[in-house]
Amino acid sequence: MTAGIVIAGAGHAGGAAAAALRQFGYKGTITLVGEEPIPPYQRPPLSKAWLKGEATAESLALRPERFYTQQNIQTRLSTTVTAIDRSGHQVQLSDHTAIPYEKLILALGARPRRLPLPGFTLPGVLELRTAADADRLKAAIHPGTRIAIIGGGYIGLEAAASVRALGAEAFVLEREPRLLARVASEPLSAFFHAAHTAHGVAIHVNTQVVGLKGEGRVEAVLLADGTELPCDAALVGVGAIPNEEIAAAAGLECRHGVVVDAQARTADPDIFAIGDLTQRPLSLYNRTGRLESVPNALEQARQAAACITGRPAPSPEVPWFWSDQYDIKLQIAGLPFDVARLVIRGDPTSGAFAVFHLDAEGHVQCVESVNTPAEFMAGRLLIQKRKAIDAAALADQTTNLKELAA
Amino acid sequence: MPKITFIEYNGTAHTVEVEEGLSVMEAAVNNGVPGIDADCGGACACATCHVYVDAAWEAKTGEKNESEAAMISFANGVEPNSRLSCQIKVTAELDGLVVRMPAGQH
Repeated sequence: MTAGIVIAGAGHAGGAAAAALRQFGYKGTITLVGEEPIPPYQRPPLSKAWLKGEATAESLALRPERFYTQQNIQTRLSTTVTAIDRSGHQVQLSDHTAIPYEKLILALGARPRRLPLPGFTLPGVLELRTAADADRLKAAIHPGTRIAIIGGGYIGLEAAASVRALGAEAFVLEREPRLLARVASEPLSAFFHAAHTAHGVAIHVNTQVVGLKGEGRVEAVLLADGTELPCDAALVGVGAIPNEEIAAAAGLECRHGVVVDAQARTADPDIFAIGDLTQRPLSLYNRTGRLESVPNALEQARQAAACITGRPAPSPEVPWFWSDQYDIKLQIAGLPFDVARLVIRGDPTSGAFAVFHLDAEGHVQCVESVNTPAEFMAGRLLIQKRKAIDAAALADQTTNLKELAA
Repeated sequence: MPKITFIEYNGTAHTVEVEEGLSVMEAAVNNGVPGIDADCGGACACATCHVYVDAAWEAKTGEKNESEAAMISFANGVEPNSRLSCQIKVTAELDGLVVRMPAGQH
């Protein structure tokens, strides 16, 4: 038996890579090493169905436990890779053992960014990345409790929606002038601001948090202007940083993410990196970037598995993302680079509309669709095709999208 | 448990047993059946679990909802019997269901 493949990280990316390798016919040993005590699961429901008690551990699991036995995938859970020995082709594990590899796939993910502010280590200060995090958050949410949400990004807003669904109070504190400032257009920010306000979430933008206070447990958020906002728990969702330390220590190039090519290869021919961890080519946009999304993790898992099994490289996919809040289904395709103008199709006040981001030549770069799945699909196609389109026709809801995208 | 047969684009058939209440997509994913990607995990957000339902089963698998219909109309190789398999719930009535996969999901 050869050394086979070691996958470091058993999140969505690592789990998908293991499954893709078997699907593509890889017959050697596959070892999936993960820090968490459970096999790979879906993180997106943690802030939504899981928090609301509408999901079970089984429905969260990426695949049932028997899958790993049936597919002969070894799992080493509650275990981390602590070092990569590139010349010796082995990884050191936290239990002081080592495992050899022929090919290594790094799927180490990212971790929530922590704020170096007073009081942020108090009990009741929570983050949301893992199922264990979600359970702690869930335990803090009861009818009438007040949950402070620090950071008006997707994690914070999805959690706010779930907090409201559970009958608790939520307020969101955002440093920037608008919600989703780094990740969404102004019309979308405005829409979500209004939607959350209508559901009873207090939104504070342009608001600088300077600390948390409490006796033995968080009791209030302190703002720069001296205001104290009482709370029973605080959820911090202010971005994530890639877990690239062991890759950097092994001499692999890291630039806010492990640098990989379009087949998820690092500069070491025997080491791949996938998912939130990577700084990857964004071929449609002629740049590189780090994407934090399930589709990105799955695309790169397929790239690595295809490369290792000698399959043709899959064609590049349009990056995309989704979020569910209340009855709002948000789907975003593409990335808003080089945007010259926004075209809104549909009326935001109706609750169903899409924002198309066009470059100077009229190519769709990105589409943000709210309860308009056809616009999302058409936008995704248009982004892929790099076809210049007429903004007025796009904005006109009588224009047939299928014909426009054809 | 109901049995479902998935036929890959290349003709390879996979018959799996699946608990009632799961979706047809989950039946494929949980058993490692190739050809169904299901990137969004069943949120009806991605159209990467596209299948063709054999004519004999179209009535029993029910109607597409508005969102599914909008998504699938843009999928590659869409046909009148195209469905998103995450939106078909497995019931005892679907024992013996046969679905076919398109050339690709992306």
